Amino acid sequence: MDPKGNCQIGSPAPMIGSRPATANLDRRAFIQILGGGVLITVMEPMSYAQQGSGAASPVVARLYLNADGTITALSGKVEEGQGARAELSQAAAEELRVPMDRVRLVMSDTDLVPDDGITAGSRTTPSNVPAMRQAGATARELLTEAAARQWQVDASTLVIRDGSITHTPTNRVLTYADLAKSKDIVAAFQQPVRANVGLTPVSAFQVLGKSVPRPNSRDLVTGAHKYPADLERENMLFGKVLRPPSYGATLEAIDLSAAKAIRGVTAVQDGQFVGFLAPKSLDAAKAMEAAAKTASWKRAANPASNQTVHAYLKEHARAGGGRPTTRGSVEEGFAQASKTLSETYTLAYIQHAPMEPRAAVAEWNDGKVTVWVSCDGPYRARRDVAEALNLPADRVRVIIPDIGGGFGGKHSAEPAIEAARLAKAAGRPVAVRWTRAEEFAWAYCRPAAVIECKGGLDAKGSLVAWDFTNINAGGAAIDTPYAVPNARVASVGSESPLRQGSYRCLAATGNNFARESFMDELATAAGADALEFRLAHLENQRLKAVLEEAAKRFDWAARRRRASPELGVGLACGTEKNSVVAACVEVAIDRKAGAIKVREVCQVFECGPILNPANLLSQVQGCIIMGLGGALTEEIQFEGGKMLNANFAGYRVPRFRDVPKLNVHLMDKTDIPSAGGGETPIIAVAPAIGNAVFAATGVRIRSMPLRLPAKG
Amino acid sequence: MDVTIKFKVNGIERIVTTDPERKLLDVLREDFQLTGTKYGCGEGQCGACAVLVDGRRALSCRLSISAVDKKTVTTIEGLAQGDSLNHVQRAFLAEGAMQCGYCTSGMIISAVALLQQKPNPSDEDIVAGMNGNICRCNGYVKIANAVRRAANESRR
Repeated sequence: MDPKGNCQIGSPAPMIGSRPATANLDRRAFIQILGGGVLITVMEPMSYAQQGSGAASPVVARLYLNADGTITALSGKVEEGQGARAELSQAAAEELRVPMDRVRLVMSDTDLVPDDGITAGSRTTPSNVPAMRQAGATARELLTEAAARQWQVDASTLVIRDGSITHTPTNRVLTYADLAKSKDIVAAFQQPVRANVGLTPVSAFQVLGKSVPRPNSRDLVTGAHKYPADLERENMLFGKVLRPPSYGATLEAIDLSAAKAIRGVTAVQDGQFVGFLAPKSLDAAKAMEAAAKTASWKRAANPASNQTVHAYLKEHARAGGGRPTTRGSVEEGFAQASKTLSETYTLAYIQHAPMEPRAAVAEWNDGKVTVWVSCDGPYRARRDVAEALNLPADRVRVIIPDIGGGFGGKHSAEPAIEAARLAKAAGRPVAVRWTRAEEFAWAYCRPAAVIECKGGLDAKGSLVAWDFTNINAGGAAIDTPYAVPNARVASVGSESPLRQGSYRCLAATGNNFARESFMDELATAAGADALEFRLAHLENQRLKAVLEEAAKRFDWAARRRRASPELGVGLACGTEKNSVVAACVEVAIDRKAGAIKVREVCQVFECGPILNPANLLSQVQGCIIMGLGGALTEEIQFEGGKMLNANFAGYRVPRFRDVPKLNVHLMDKTDIPSAGGGETPIIAVAPAIGNAVFAATGVRIRSMPLRLPAKG
Repeated sequence: MDVTIKFKVNGIERIVTTDPERKLLDVLREDFQLTGTKYGCGEGQCGACAVLVDGRRALSCRLSISAVDKKTVTTIEGLAQGDSLNHVQRAFLAEGAMQCGYCTSGMIISAVALLQQKPNPSDEDIVAGMNGNICRCNGYVKIANAVRRAANESRR
C-alpha cells in the first residue's frame, strides 16, 4: 500500500500459474486440521496439494478417491455467491461419472488446495472448470485402467457409469469404493493430469449444463453456514483497530489509559497501528472510542472531492497517453470525416458494499498463524499476512469459508493482517469484523474516470475515425467492437485521491457506458436508428446475434416509435471476457422531479455453452440490478479525505422497489468453450438507460450515476 | 451497571447479565452463538439482522438487549422443527433464492413476518414488506418468487 492507501490492484487478471512452495503436510495433520467433524479419508500424504493446477501436477493435487467411493475435489477458488462451488463440483462429477452428491469440494485452504489465483476476472469458468474436468477425466481413465488390469481385459471393453465400472461380457462390476482399497489406485493417482485426455462433449453432459443448486444451500437457509464474520474460536477476543479521521492522516499522540480502564480491555500499540481487545465486541468498540478522543493527528493534504474529482484526475493524468493501440491513421480519418463529434464522459467512485463487511479470525499455534478471512484469494492473503508479519509463507495458513459477497471488492485481506497482529499481541485468537462504515471508508473503491471520446462520420454516415481515452479506470473492454478503419484507444493512469481497485467487470462498465452512449450520439448525428447504426458497424457475429435478439424480444422498432417525453427506450450492447450482451430498456421520466425510473430491461446474454442455467440466470439478473445502482444512485461522496456517505442511508443501493420488469434471455452457444457470466451482463445497463433518457427528453447525460436536472 | 434480562430465544428461556447498551444482535451472536442473524450495517437499513420479537419483525442491530426483557425472540435458527424446514425456508431452496446467502436469514425472517400479516400478498405487498432488506448480489427477483411460492404453499 502506498501512503495514500492505494493498493496495487489495478489489474483484475488472476495469478494463475503462480506456484507456492510445497508444504510438507503429513496425513495426521491433514485430517486434524480439516476439523469441524468432517471425516474424510486420505489416500496418501497430501504433499502434492499445493503443486498447482496445471496439467503437469498429479491428479491427487486436484482430486482423490475416498474409501467410501466418494470423491474429494480441491479448488483454490472462493465461493462468494457467484456459483463456483456448484460449477466446480459439477465439473468433477461430470468427468468422473458420478452424481453431484458424491463429490465434496474443498475450497480455499492454503494447506489443502492448489493455488488457483484470486477469484476474479470471470476466470473460474474458462480456466478452473476445464482444469477440474481434465483432472476428473484423467482420474476416470486411471480408474478404468486399474479395473482393466485387475480383470486382465482391455480397458476399451469397460463401461464406467454412476461410480462403478462394468465389464459387460462377464457381468463383473467394480465400484469406486472397491477400487479405492487397491494400492494400485493410490499409485495411479500420483500420475500427472493428462494433457490430451478426452473431455465429455457438451452434447453428452449429464451433470454440467443442468441447474444444479449450490451444494451447501441448505446451510444458508437455516443460518448454519459460518461466514468468516461468524467464526468463533475458543478463548477468542474481539478486536477493533483505530482508523485515521481522514485519508493519509498520521497519529502523533494517543492516551490509552481511558481505554484500558474499561473492563476486560487490552490495548495494543505498534507505531501507527493501535488496536483494542475485549471479550465482548461492544467493550472493544467503547475502548476505541475513548482512546480516539485523545488522539492527535497530522492531516494529509486531500485536495480533491467528489465535486472536483474529474478535473483532478484529468490534471494528474500521466503524461504520454498510456500505451495507445492504433489502427489506420486517426489524423487522416478525422481529416476525411464530414462530421466530427467530441464529448467527455465521467464516472463516480463507487463501493462494492458486499453484505458481509471484511472480517477475519486469527489464531496462533507454535509460531504458525491460521487466518479465516472474508476475501477472494487465499494465496494472495497468505502472502500479504506473511509479509506484514515478517513470516515465511509456510507459517501462515489461510482458510476462506464461503464468503458474503465480493464483486471484485475483496482482493485484499486487511482484517487478516489486523487480526494476526492483534492475536499475536494478545496470545489468544482474535476476530476483527469491520463495520459498514469501515467497509465504505477503508475498502478500495471502483475507480472514478474521465473518458474522452471523439468520432468522425463520413458523408454516408459511416464511422471513419475513433479516438477514445480512459483516464484512471483502466483498459477493460476499451477497444471498440465496431468496425472503424482509423482508431486509437488508450488507458491512461492518474493519481487517484481514493484507494481504488477492482470491481465487477471493472473498467468495462465505464468504457462501455461512454462508448455506447457516444455511439448513440453518433447515430443521431448520422440521422440513423440506434440499432441500425450499430448493426451496420458490427463485425462480431456473436455480439450482432445478441443485439438482434434483444431488439426482437423487446419489439424495438415499434416501441421506439411510441417514445414520448415521459417514456423512453434505449439500447446498448458490449463484449468483454469472451462473452456478449445486449440490453433494451424502457424508462419513465418525471421531468419535474428529475426522476428516472427504469421500468423494463430486456437483456440477452451469451457466454458459450451454459454450465448451470439457474446459476447463470441469477448472475445475469444480479448484474442488471447491480448495474442500476451504478447507473442511477451510487456515488461515494468525499471531501478532505473523508467519506461523507459511508452508510446505506447515504449511499443508495438497489432495493426491491427498484427492480424493473426483467426479461432475460440466455443464449446457449455450444460450439465454443464456456466463458464466465458473472460480470459482463452489467455493462450494457447504464448506457441503455442513458440512451433511453435521451430518447425521451433530448437530454444527453454523460456522467454515471445519471442525474436528470429537475425542470420547471 | 449490568442488567439481568430474561427472555425466550427459539423456545429456550435465557437469562443474561450484561451491559444494557449491548444490542440484541451482539448478544445473540456472541453470548448464544446464534450467528445465523447477521450484521450488515448497524444502522437498521439492510435487514440482515432481522429477527422476530413477539412474532413481529425487528432489527436486532438497533435493539438494545434491555428492550427484549420478558419477550420472545425467534431467529433463523428457530424456524425449522428439527430437520423439517419452515415453508419459507423450503421456498427459498426451491427457487434457488440465494447467491452469497449472507442476506438470506434476514430475508427469510422478513418473509415470515410479512406472510403472517398478509398470507396472500400482492406483488406490491411483497415489495413493501421486503424493501427494508438489501441483497447486494441483487437476487431480488428470485427472492420475491420464493415469497410468492411460500404464500402459495401455505394456502394449500
